[in-house]
Amino acid sequence: MSAGLRLTVDRLTHRYGSLTVLDDISLIAEPGQVMVLVGPSGCGKSTLLGLMGGLLSPSDGDVRCEGEVPGDCLNPMTYVFQDFALLPWRTVAGNISLALEDSALPRAERPARIAEMLSGGMRQRVGIARALAVRPACLLLDEPLSALDAQTRELLLEEFAALIARAGTTTVYVTHNLQEAVLLGQQIVVLSRRPGRVREVLRLDRPLAGRTAADPDLAAMEQRLWRMIRDDAAEAERERADAPA
Amino acid sequence: MGPVDGITRMRRLDGKVPFRGGGFSPGESAWAATLTLVVVVALWQAAASAGLIPTLFLPAPVSIGRALWALTVSGELWKHLSASLFRLAVGWVAGTAFGIGMGLAVGLWSAFRSPGMAVVSALFPIPKIALVPLFIIWFGIGEGAKIATVAFGVFFPTVIATAGGVDGVPRGLIRMGQSFGLSHWAIVRKIVLPAALPAILNAFRVTASIGIVLLVAAEMIGAEKGIGAFVLAAGNLYDTDNLLAGIVVLSVLGLVVAWVIGRLERVFLRWR
Repeated sequence: MSAGLRLTVDRLTHRYGSLTVLDDISLIAEPGQVMVLVGPSGCGKSTLLGLMGGLLSPSDGDVRCEGEVPGDCLNPMTYVFQDFALLPWRTVAGNISLALEDSALPRAERPARIAEMLSGGMRQRVGIARALAVRPACLLLDEPLSALDAQTRELLLEEFAALIARAGTTTVYVTHNLQEAVLLGQQIVVLSRRPGRVREVLRLDRPLAGRTAADPDLAAMEQRLWRMIRDDAAEAERERADAPA
Repeated sequence: MGPVDGITRMRRLDGKVPFRGGGFSPGESAWAATLTLVVVVALWQAAASAGLIPTLFLPAPVSIGRALWALTVSGELWKHLSASLFRLAVGWVAGTAFGIGMGLAVGLWSAFRSPGMAVVSALFPIPKIALVPLFIIWFGIGEGAKIATVAFGVFFPTVIATAGGVDGVPRGLIRMGQSFGLSHWAIVRKIVLPAALPAILNAFRVTASIGIVLLVAAEMIGAEKGIGAFVLAAGNLYDTDNLLAGIVVLSVLGLVVAWVIGRLERVFLRWR
């Protein structure tokens, strides 16, 4: 298994009209490691992820990728979406094969269940399966667990940790859940409120396997993260309440 | 009420919590629907038989049925109906095909959006029947003018519904397609079209009835064959039995078309 890509974000700035949402961001997602992006809501986490995978075009600066990609990799930069982005008129297998149909791969087998009939947890598992089917070199996950209930989230988080550790792809994971951040991240990037800037980058060099929420070190780290973004989050909340709807 | 001298009168609640939900979910019954129609026709027949309705102006259902039977046996009905069905089918298919194409273009590409909608907005409000004389000059008195009228009338609502359906496709699904490197055409075919299909099929219901209205009107202006021409001719002869027989055929035609579209929706929108 290859170590994956290195993703370099270089002096990235992004504006929507006159509104600067990201300001001078520089980051490096190391090959085979997990980078988690956290920050108060509206700080541009998802925008940054969209820029990193080329779904958005930056106003300034650029994102580069370098590294060896295995021959069976069909889509080097692959997303997993918060709202799953499944096609309700397709079956589970149909949704997964969607990502393969444009390639020269042989046709997938006729599937049995409709995507709409699944629970949220099952839907996101399909979203993950679809992402892994193209053998990505870099996985970009946009709050993949946010649309799920707390219990399902817990279960899927464990599955994610195992999957990511096994796949060994470069991973960028956006979340507002700090527990997810400390359980999955090897590099945790804290963004400030809008315009989003890199506030701090924390490193957590222990293997993903064996991390538990009860671990006092991780709990302390989570507390530290919360203290960092707490005031920003409150401020962002106030701004949103003041803004004319 | 309210606090008087700082004291509020208390109200005591005691007993079962009253049920306040329910309602607002009308059920359907095919049986009740059929029964209603049967009862209306039966009352009509009874009133006609009792002499309460002057049958010269509104013939009894039995006379209409007899007229229909005679028309069917003589082959007269099929002569008119087949001409009408042919015009309706060709006109509707042409208008729908071009309409969906134009609607997709307007919904997907900036180059088509404003110009396309400008043309559609300018031409949509014209009562299409006013164009029949023009179409007769352009396409001759034969089939061309009638087919063009139907196609023209069907085209605009289809464009508007398709463009609206495309606008309503969740952006997230399109981004997903792009994130997996799907080609532009694959995104249109596998994501945009299926997602817009409910809106397009909904438009079919509207355009099918518009098509029938315009067809009959065009046939009344200049045609020898066709249900519209037949109804007009019967009216000119004060032949109300045949006139209403023609109208019953139109009603059945509308019902059959609605039923076919319902089946299409069942097949194509099973996922909903």
